[in-house]
Amino acid sequence: MTDIVSSAPAPLKGRSPAAMALARLARNRAATVSIGVLVIVSLICFLGPFFNPHNYATVYQSYVSVPPSLSAYPADDTLQAVMQATVERGRAKLDSFSVSGKSYTATISSEKEIDPRIIRYFDRPDEFDGAVIKETSADKLSATVEGHVNREYFLLGTDRNGRDMLARIMVGGQISLMVGILATIVALVIGVTYGAISGYLGGRVDNIMMRFVEIMYSLPFIFFVIMLVVFFGRHIALIFIGIGAINWLDMARIVRGQTLSLKRREFVGAATAMGLSDWAIIRRHIIPNTIGPVVVFVTLLVPQVILLESFLSFLGLGVQEPMTSWGFLISEGASAIQASPWLLLYPSIFFVVTLMALNYLGDGLRDAFDPRDR
Amino acid sequence: MLRFILSRLLSSAPTIFIVMTLSFFMIRLAPGGPFNLERPLQPEVMANLNAVYHLDQPVWKQYIFYLWNVLHGDFGPSFVYKDYTVSELILQALPYSLVLGAWALLIAVFGGIALGVYAALRQNSWADYLLMGISALGNTVPNFVIGPVLTLIFAVSLAWLPTGSWGNGDFRHLVLPIIVLSLPQLAVFARLTRGSMIEALRADHVRTARAYGLPARSVVGVHALRAGLMPVISYLGPVAASVLTGSIIVEQMFSLPGVGRYFVLGALNRDYTLVMGTVVLISVFIVVLNLIVDIIYAFVDPRIRHD
Amino acid sequence: MTYRISSRKVGKIFATTALAALLSSTAFAETVIRRGNGGEPQTLDQAKISIDIEGFIVRDLFEGLTVYDANGKVAPGVAESWTISDDGTVYTFKLRDNAKWSDGSPVVAGDFVYSMTRVLDPATAAGYATILYPIKGAEAFNTSKGQADALGLKAVDDKTLEITLERATPYFLQLMTHYTAIPVNKANIEKFGADFTKPGNLVSNGAYELTEYVANDHITAVKNPDYWDAANVKIDKVIYNPSEDQAAVARAFEAGELDVAYNFQADQRDFLTKKLGEDQVQASPALATYYYAFDTRKPPFDDVRVRKALSIAVDRDFLSEKVYGGTQLPSYTFVPPGMEGYTSPTPADVDKDQLDREDEAKELLKEAGYGEGGKPLKIDIRYNTNENHKKVAVAVADMWKALGAEVTIQNLDVKSHYAYLQEGGSFDVARAGWSADYADPENFLNLLVSTNKAFNYGHYSNPKFDELMKASYEEKDQAKRMAILAEAEALVLNEYPVTPFMNNANLWLVSRKVKGFSQNAVNEHLTKYLSIE
Repeated sequence: MTDIVSSAPAPLKGRSPAAMALARLARNRAATVSIGVLVIVSLICFLGPFFNPHNYATVYQSYVSVPPSLSAYPADDTLQAVMQATVERGRAKLDSFSVSGKSYTATISSEKEIDPRIIRYFDRPDEFDGAVIKETSADKLSATVEGHVNREYFLLGTDRNGRDMLARIMVGGQISLMVGILATIVALVIGVTYGAISGYLGGRVDNIMMRFVEIMYSLPFIFFVIMLVVFFGRHIALIFIGIGAINWLDMARIVRGQTLSLKRREFVGAATAMGLSDWAIIRRHIIPNTIGPVVVFVTLLVPQVILLESFLSFLGLGVQEPMTSWGFLISEGASAIQASPWLLLYPSIFFVVTLMALNYLGDGLRDAFDPRDR
Repeated sequence: MLRFILSRLLSSAPTIFIVMTLSFFMIRLAPGGPFNLERPLQPEVMANLNAVYHLDQPVWKQYIFYLWNVLHGDFGPSFVYKDYTVSELILQALPYSLVLGAWALLIAVFGGIALGVYAALRQNSWADYLLMGISALGNTVPNFVIGPVLTLIFAVSLAWLPTGSWGNGDFRHLVLPIIVLSLPQLAVFARLTRGSMIEALRADHVRTARAYGLPARSVVGVHALRAGLMPVISYLGPVAASVLTGSIIVEQMFSLPGVGRYFVLGALNRDYTLVMGTVVLISVFIVVLNLIVDIIYAFVDPRIRHD
Repeated sequence: MTYRISSRKVGKIFATTALAALLSSTAFAETVIRRGNGGEPQTLDQAKISIDIEGFIVRDLFEGLTVYDANGKVAPGVAESWTISDDGTVYTFKLRDNAKWSDGSPVVAGDFVYSMTRVLDPATAAGYATILYPIKGAEAFNTSKGQADALGLKAVDDKTLEITLERATPYFLQLMTHYTAIPVNKANIEKFGADFTKPGNLVSNGAYELTEYVANDHITAVKNPDYWDAANVKIDKVIYNPSEDQAAVARAFEAGELDVAYNFQADQRDFLTKKLGEDQVQASPALATYYYAFDTRKPPFDDVRVRKALSIAVDRDFLSEKVYGGTQLPSYTFVPPGMEGYTSPTPADVDKDQLDREDEAKELLKEAGYGEGGKPLKIDIRYNTNENHKKVAVAVADMWKALGAEVTIQNLDVKSHYAYLQEGGSFDVARAGWSADYADPENFLNLLVSTNKAFNYGHYSNPKFDELMKASYEEKDQAKRMAILAEAEALVLNEYPVTPFMNNANLWLVSRKVKGFSQNAVNEHLTKYLSIE
């Protein structure tokens, strides 16, 4: 407790002793692995879309809710039926159909003359492409058509509109990581400052400030969100405000509780005796000493914030289709757990892995920056 | 101390009054009213409804009317659940939420503290990592995922437990909802306890006590736990308020008759009076529980004085 | 110390719950059916109910003059017979001698006069009072312009009820099955006031009487021994489960905790059918239309060509099969099929293949000056938050994008969405739906009359259409009337103020043990027709 005075001004961006803290962090294996995981997840989400052949908004009408697979769609045994239906749409009959590698050959016949425009029907399903009429019989009642079979890979399956899940998880991750970090920072900054001031000043100020927190707790949050939409439209920044506006409350109470006990400690008395201003004491002595519970609480807050975002979307605030987020994907997936488990499983894996890593990193950071632990 | 409690109780009246006033005007600013239905009503019928429920009056008049009635203990009829008054709806549902919430809270608090202390005493051991891993999982996997998964395993496949409903309070009906309600909070308490216990165990007076050879149990119990519980207690107030007033997700998933759904459905239905009822309910819970927490502060850490 | 206090509390709570467990395990030998009701009723007062899930319960408790039989056809209820005057304006109902209330007193004609007067009283503020407007003087009384004694309701004697109408209303017997025409007991209401619907208070005249009601947990009704047809009622006790969580209801059904359950997630149909068997998963077409409305007040949606292009470019088969798992049927007409005596006109392009329709759509847009090479076509789709509506919006947006339009999607909670539309808010395209109050095309076409501000979201206005609708009310000959209505619908189908996508289906999970459950378009499945093996 001797080097308190020199500790960092704000918990998450240490300055002078930062190098020491980082060195300590580097020695913490769980924390370093977690950093690696977070970097990998971020890379997947932000750079992955450049390497994924599918766009998050592209609808594949032929592949609605297909399960994840390492082999390409369409499977050969389904092609016959698709071709059958295709030819029937063009009001003709399928006589034979064969696939070799990436191309197919089909012979068709009809009671009327075959209109060459029929090939449009062949290119219509997502499965086929580039149809050409190779041969037409003399009476024009039958023809041979050749074309390509489109091979699409859906490693994580598709959603219930026929969109690639991998692409959606990646783009959803961008939103969720951003919301998780920014909204948490909003809550963190407001909550820590507010709580520390309230607890340190105490007395009547504390009483009024805490009553304000109680009022905020009690207001109907849903209306707060609806009003944000009504008066400000649907800007993405409103998500952070909406979420941050309620989540700083818990933080404020925890920091205030810590402060109440900290300010009676010897070192605060010593600092006061040295003539430091109230704000300086809060900044240098109170806030750094609350870092333990604050870090723990931040790691708990992030998942809540990310899930809350999907509720805001429900009310019309926040991301709109075709954009998505992890919270959204998970709640969509949860409604069809039995029928299409992959819709829940893969977004959840990304979500849980990221947040577990964040938890271990949080513990590591806490240990590394703990002013009493140098 | 008594003076402190009295003054806090006195100051809670204006708090609740401000909450009510703000909420009253806020909910009327939102688009749509209780009678804007998916199947629209004819304008004449809408006029009849607005007249019966005084919605044709200016808002300030409605506000005075409402306050007057509340002062007489009348929270008005629900605009949507038309056979019931708001008081009936809330008082009917609250006991169910209280029982579920009390169980969940007890499990979360005591289970969480026990796990947190255990993990702190073995900091950075495999047991610590494992426990914290599980607790992180409990906090990250959302309840609308855990609930259906547990139901599918224990109710549908194994048929050990019912899939839902109150079942006249048969405890088998309550096992899954209580688990789903308590799990995330248990995780929070475990992590908060672990973090502050680690700090508390390093504090001078605890080290001194250890150095003097006091038995580990009494060191943990008397000295460390006291300081270590501070953040847990701070968090307890709001968490208790929210757990005891139910959760719409858990109630819908297990078809339970709690009060939690009214917070959300009241708002979505624009059931003005019901929303006001839930607002008053939650503010009373928050005010009272925070007061209790502040009193507990003083007991746990005598250095905190309430002046 | 904290621990000791809490442990006592735990003990107390545990003791109560354990005791309740003992009490609840006592078995009973009656036949019980457990019905998943699809949602919590908002009221059991017939004057105030508004949705099917309330109707399921109220129709087990009460019986009107006419009822729907197991096949959804109008059948005699409390009235054993009736006569209709030649001009179709006076209905004389003969009530059953043995029709009784659950307190043993007889059901008399005066009860119906009292009940319908109560529904029409503006002070009752009944949401569905409009259903009874065909009765003479009803609209005037309900809008405070007339008196109750001017109503065309007359109890000739205890068992004869005479109802006089404003004008001939061919679907009047259908209306008499509606909730608003159900009788309530005057003495009961006078005694308990607003509390009359509570268990222990409620006196009803149907096959069942209410015994327990725990909001959001369960509602229990037992067989009413005073019911006139009690001998044919096979189930002794009904327990309604009001859960609205369709996934949870499906799980409860799978676990054998429900015998019949209303509504499951449409896109889960294949899965449920595989799991539970085809006979337990039922979907039957309903008299309901899922549609998008265009705001016809502003460009480009004031242009018929644009509306038509957008309408015909939508692949209904895809919506029906892929988005709704086949539980909704593709639809090209505004009035759903299944209305007695009515056939919708066939829209021009309905037989064309989707590809040709798309080509035509592109042509139309080009003519109107939009699409490739023309002005940019920007479309914003509004819908109320719902998983299925979202999927439809995403799919439709994709189809419109193929025409070269820029499509955005926005959702709002259900109240905000409809309040916006009903208050005349400007939009591009908005989701809406309508399900029949009574099986008559008028119930649908009426939504598009230009004076109908609350319902006609897109503000479609065509004097010819209004005129035809007016003529249909004056036409007494049923066949001619239907022809006029068909002519009116043909206008709608040519001008596309709305674009119908699908006809909804009623979705039920029905256990193999349950007999007597037959599918019907009006979605009425009274417990008295059911039995359990």
